[in-house]
Amino acid sequence: MIVSKAKPIEAVLTMLQGVQKVGLVGCKSCASACAVGGEKECQAMQEALEAAGFEVVGTVLPDESCHKMLLRRELKPLVAAGAEALVSLACGSGCQTVADNVKIPVYPANDTLFVGQTERVGIFHEMCRTCGDCVLGETGGICPMTKCAKSLVNGPCGGQKNGKCEVDPTNDCAWILIYQRLEALGQLHKMEKTLEDHSPRSYPQSVNVREAKK
Amino acid sequence: MSKLQQRFLRGEFALTAEMAPPKGYDFTEALETASLLKDRVDAVNVTDMQSACLKASSLGLCIALKQAGVEPILQMTGRDRSRMAIQAEFLSAAAFGIDTVLALTGDHPLVGDCKASKPVFDLDSVGILKLLSSMEQKGTDCGGNALSSTPKFCKGAAVTPVYEPLFLQINKLKKKVDAGAEFVQTQGIFTIEALESFMNEVQRHNIKVKVMAGIIPLKAAGMARYMNENIPGICVPDHMIARLQAAAEEGKEKGIKGLPMNAGMDMAAELIREIRSRGLCEGVHIMAIGAERNVPVILDRAGL
Ligand code: SF4
Ligand code: SF4
Repeated sequence: MIVSKAKPIEAVLTMLQGVQKVGLVGCKSCASACAVGGEKECQAMQEALEAAGFEVVGTVLPDESCHKMLLRRELKPLVAAGAEALVSLACGSGCQTVADNVKIPVYPANDTLFVGQTERVGIFHEMCRTCGDCVLGETGGICPMTKCAKSLVNGPCGGQKNGKCEVDPTNDCAWILIYQRLEALGQLHKMEKTLEDHSPRSYPQSVNVREAKK
Repeated sequence: MSKLQQRFLRGEFALTAEMAPPKGYDFTEALETASLLKDRVDAVNVTDMQSACLKASSLGLCIALKQAGVEPILQMTGRDRSRMAIQAEFLSAAAFGIDTVLALTGDHPLVGDCKASKPVFDLDSVGILKLLSSMEQKGTDCGGNALSSTPKFCKGAAVTPVYEPLFLQINKLKKKVDAGAEFVQTQGIFTIEALESFMNEVQRHNIKVKVMAGIIPLKAAGMARYMNENIPGICVPDHMIARLQAAAEEGKEKGIKGLPMNAGMDMAAELIREIRSRGLCEGVHIMAIGAERNVPVILDRAGL
């Protein structure tokens, strides 16, 4: 899922300067799962804004804040109630989708961190940089683009020490993990292959699944 | 053909040293140091912001060395440049007659002194070598477009002989050689045994590459301990540390400065002498880390 963390409330208050009536938009999907955009967090945001002198005209909690068609309907009551600005408690994609649907300013309450794994409640790990050309089949199911600090395709680098990464000695070196996994899977020969260089995609992407199927 | 290649071809013991550009634009001191190395080594590596600390660029000092009659080895990391920028640097280098290069992945900016700098790593060491080889073979740039003139370089890489698990270094060394590396300079080695067991692996895997053993002259016991703790691939044995310690104590007693540094130079010279006399590898690469002025003395003591 998309993992986000809440901005300090002061940052939200600063963005809202000059506004009186505010609407809140949460998200029942990822943002609820990482406890930044669910019912509880929307309630807390309402209290904080009211304490700071704002009027909260309403809160909506769509199933997915990043679904444009869905949001068109959901946002109507907030606009009708006279909101001068909206605060999005979703990820960056959700916040932008809200903004695509209204003609008033929309401000993010969260910082979007990564596409990640929930190890257990409250503990998340970055797993995928959405490179668009997945190599997990070659690397024992461990992503070098994400887990290696240099996104190396031919690791490990010389900075590895005792299985840890040169950048942060509390982080495992991704390529040592890949090596161990491939060895355990009996696929060590895959280490010998030189992978293609993966430069990150440099412009925005879209897909149309229906057209792709034709 | 580069001076280094000629040396390898003749089967003679090859010598390289290493120096860093200044953190500033005045090359006077660097050129003075280089002039001391000029007739003593085959080529001088110029580091590319080693340890991710900002310096003048490798290409800049390489050009200055070349103009001063010292053969430079252009070190190129993937840390700060996209493949376009890397290839552009190589073309400019060739225009100044620089013919020997060393491809490295590079340290992450977070371990250096400009931590907010964007880590690029478009290409790693293997990728840089592949880029060069493909340019040389096809006469094209990184987008596959024809170049108006195509340089040819003597290509090198780095390797860490003391590495756990060693399989991964050997594996990567193979990739580097397949990608076009003709020679490798090793991380500093401190015992003949470390070099021997690495060379056995290289031979066992039938990797065809010229190996230059990295020599780091030690300056003090504290430096050796620090490197053991903090620098991957460095393993200074206790007896060497004890010798540096004893030299320091002797110096204190007699009121003489520089005895540990002198002992470090002796140990470096002893290693070089033995590597050469036993023909363990094709040459040595001396990394004096700021004490490049000592390199000629070390070579004197090693009988070179
Ligand atoms: S290789 Fe890594 S970044 Fe790319 S798609 Fe697969 S998991 Fe995501
Ligand atoms: S130590 Fe490992 S994870 Fe860290 S940059 Fe090097 S190869 Fe990548």
